[in-house]
Amino acid sequence: MKITVDTNLCEVHGDCVVAAPDIFDIGEDDEVVQVLDAEPGEEHRATVAQAAKMCPVAAITIEG
Amino acid sequence: MRDVVVVGGGLAGFRFVQTLREAGYDGAVTVVADEEHLPYDRPPLSKQLLAGTFTEAQCALPGEAPDVTWRLGRRAVRLDRERRAVVLDDGSVVAYDGLLIATGRRARQWEGAVPAAGVHTLRGLADTAAFRADIGPGARVVIIGAGFIGCEVAATLRKEDVDVTIVDVAEHPMPVMGPEIGSRAARIHESEGVRFRLGRGVEAIEGDGRVTGVRLTDGELLEATVVLVAVGSTPNSEWFADAGLAMDRGVVLCDAACAVLDDQGAVVPEIFAAGDIAAWPHRHADGAACIEHWSNARDMADLAARNLLLPVGERAPLASVPTFWSDQYNVKIKSAGFLRAVDTWTIVEEDPDRPSLLAEGHRNGELVGAVAFNMNRSIIGYQRSLAALAPA
Repeated sequence: MKITVDTNLCEVHGDCVVAAPDIFDIGEDDEVVQVLDAEPGEEHRATVAQAAKMCPVAAITIEG
Repeated sequence: MRDVVVVGGGLAGFRFVQTLREAGYDGAVTVVADEEHLPYDRPPLSKQLLAGTFTEAQCALPGEAPDVTWRLGRRAVRLDRERRAVVLDDGSVVAYDGLLIATGRRARQWEGAVPAAGVHTLRGLADTAAFRADIGPGARVVIIGAGFIGCEVAATLRKEDVDVTIVDVAEHPMPVMGPEIGSRAARIHESEGVRFRLGRGVEAIEGDGRVTGVRLTDGELLEATVVLVAVGSTPNSEWFADAGLAMDRGVVLCDAACAVLDDQGAVVPEIFAAGDIAAWPHRHADGAACIEHWSNARDMADLAARNLLLPVGERAPLASVPTFWSDQYNVKIKSAGFLRAVDTWTIVEEDPDRPSLLAEGHRNGELVGAVAFNMNRSIIGYQRSLAALAPA
């Protein structure tokens, strides 16, 4: 699975960080989310899918 | 379950349908919505759409809602629980075996007389378009109501150097965040050129044909070419008012699973509600809480869709932490928790130059909420710690 974040859409709501803290993070000053692991293992699929679903601006895409 | 009906075409209705399909439901779905538009996202209406950086099309909610029969431009006028049917304003009857009530709220209108032109509210796409179109060169805008909509609109208009005055009977803008945060928010707006008239009411909106001004209760007249009335909202619950459901301040009461209660307090297993037309038992509310945030509509709708497909005994409770965000100038305001329960606010961190701020809200010494300005990481910690508390 490959994760991409559309940085034009991201508004650092942080719902992805709550859903999948091993994969996403934001600093106090960040204007877009950090993807800590863009190609995580299958064991992360459920939390990453939840992160994408929770995003208020649908900025997260999962391929594969 | 073969016929699911959703009344309301906003975020809650749309999410509910999406999650229902994801959960494997393959029966019929009908969505009744009083606007002609497919579901759209409301947060941009006071910001990007008003500023002109988004088109109406860019406000569409993302993703698909497969195989839905849309009844757009139609209003529900009655809920007939005995026949398990919803009656629409064209007289048609839509039968359900599962129903979602998601009609949300409408902008509260000014109760006194208003001039025919120049006075607006802001809740839908058409409202933003009409308000925007009314703001010409040299416009003087008076916003009645210093809540989040009023403050966001002020911030959007000040970026274009539009003259803006905000009036409210409250002593501080966005009073749900308490006086300490509210006074800081007022300073940010004032530094951007917004004028406030706080602690004062509106006597009348004046003008013969077109608005000319707003008369305050202390006699002051604020000249205005355009007025925005941003004084809260009213639940769209009239259509099910006689259906024998448990109601509180115009909204329907739900159990923790988001199924509605009848007026005897019993769960109605085939009817759910989501969003700001519903109240649910939150541990920090005295009784049930109606939470008018985007995230609450999302979370209730997602849970309601999954629970509708389950027997009553297997349904999961809502474990959602209320959160909201508001973008004003270069400040990202975020909150976590149930702010209306707070009795004591404490600023725990602050940098007025950045500007940034972190505040905790307690009730009887217990943490019940937090607010951050430009501290996007810190607020997540509060979301987590509040989520760790047992649900209702």
